[in-house]
Amino acid sequence: MRSVLDIVDLSVEELEELMQTACDIIDNPEKYQEVCRHKKLATLFFEPSTRTRLSFEAAMYELGGNVISVSSAGASSAAKGESVADTAKTVSCYADIIAMRHPKEGAALVASRAATIPVINAGDGGHNHPTQTLADLLTIYREKGRMDSMTIGLCGDLKFGRTVHSLINAMSRYENIRFVLISPEELKVPSYVKKDVLQRKGIPYLQTTDLETAMPELDILYMTRVQRERFFNEEDYVRLKDSYILTPQKLENAKKDLAIMHPLPRVNEISVAIDDDPRACYFKQVANGKYMRMALILKLLKEAGTI
Amino acid sequence: MKIDSIQNGIVIDHITAGRGMRLYELLKLDDLDCSVAIIKNVVSKKMGKKDIIKIDSSTHIDMDVIGFVDPQATVNIIRDGELIRKRCIDMPHELTNVIKCMNPRCITTTEQELDHVFRLTDPENKIYRCIYCETKAERKY
Repeated sequence: MRSVLDIVDLSVEELEELMQTACDIIDNPEKYQEVCRHKKLATLFFEPSTRTRLSFEAAMYELGGNVISVSSAGASSAAKGESVADTAKTVSCYADIIAMRHPKEGAALVASRAATIPVINAGDGGHNHPTQTLADLLTIYREKGRMDSMTIGLCGDLKFGRTVHSLINAMSRYENIRFVLISPEELKVPSYVKKDVLQRKGIPYLQTTDLETAMPELDILYMTRVQRERFFNEEDYVRLKDSYILTPQKLENAKKDLAIMHPLPRVNEISVAIDDDPRACYFKQVANGKYMRMALILKLLKEAGTI
Repeated sequence: MKIDSIQNGIVIDHITAGRGMRLYELLKLDDLDCSVAIIKNVVSKKMGKKDIIKIDSSTHIDMDVIGFVDPQATVNIIRDGELIRKRCIDMPHELTNVIKCMNPRCITTTEQELDHVFRLTDPENKIYRCIYCETKAERKY
């Protein structure tokens, strides 16, 4: 049974196909209103999430399907000690497809091995979050009109930020991409990402702590939040959380067609004064996320022979 | 130093000096009732120094463990005092329940009955990663 746990589970051709489907959904929503009629998506969220869960649920409703849901570990049998595998087997009896978020890394893989229906990883701890990357890719495609030949700045928590690692992985597969990695020393991209992805593929990158100097060359600026939940030590979190705050002044030297992205939720790393700047794309990203989730649900249900 | 030759059993030879104890631990040789000898820092023409493990019993040895710890080691099977087979070891593609994932965020820390599985992701540098969280396997030598 085909599941999607990591963005690299999808080939470049499949990403292209998903983006085309998403664009078609945007242009012709009525065509898709009934395609998942009588089908059920189970959203199993064992970790707090607003937008990802709502996005999956909205996606399934807009495809004409239904949703059954677990919205916290405390509200499920996990609180009684049920294993992820048993939960996945059980839910397979009720639903046609699962979207799962879990605080532990690798939980989605465990669920996919036990389930008899497709599993979409909606975030497994700090590890993978492929549908966020799908949202990011569609945003880049729609804002830039291409997927190649650009300089992508990634800024903030590049160590624990799973969206950053997935985006590096995904964009490394396109031609003529360059990365500028902007973070405090303590939150740099892990060496295995640099070694296994960037160096192995010969992708040029620059590591810096200085956002303003890097700004003029960027085509994409991908901001991230320093996530409290990824730290074991509160002191480290407090010390690093305000490292980069994007303000209108910092954008003075930026390109006119820069695309400012953020996986959200933001705390204070992008000033609200930037929200009205035409270069701000983070709320478009949210909408794009729903369309890509619709496209992915459709693809997996079709491959499973469910629709 | 003289260690008696064995009649029926296994000799793990050409172990990189210093890795003998780690192999002893991971192969769980402590659990055996038979005689087991670990010989450290034996002078070797080929390697300079090496470790050797002699097991005085025809027990099952997990070749994957040897392939993970020291793929250049050789395994000699002895029957009636004669060498009947000499095996070179390959690095295994996957290791199941040999080492544990040390990442506290990994699903294996909470799902007690889950197998700890590591996959060879970089043969050149002998790097294994947890299949669940992709954490690199720690090598304690």
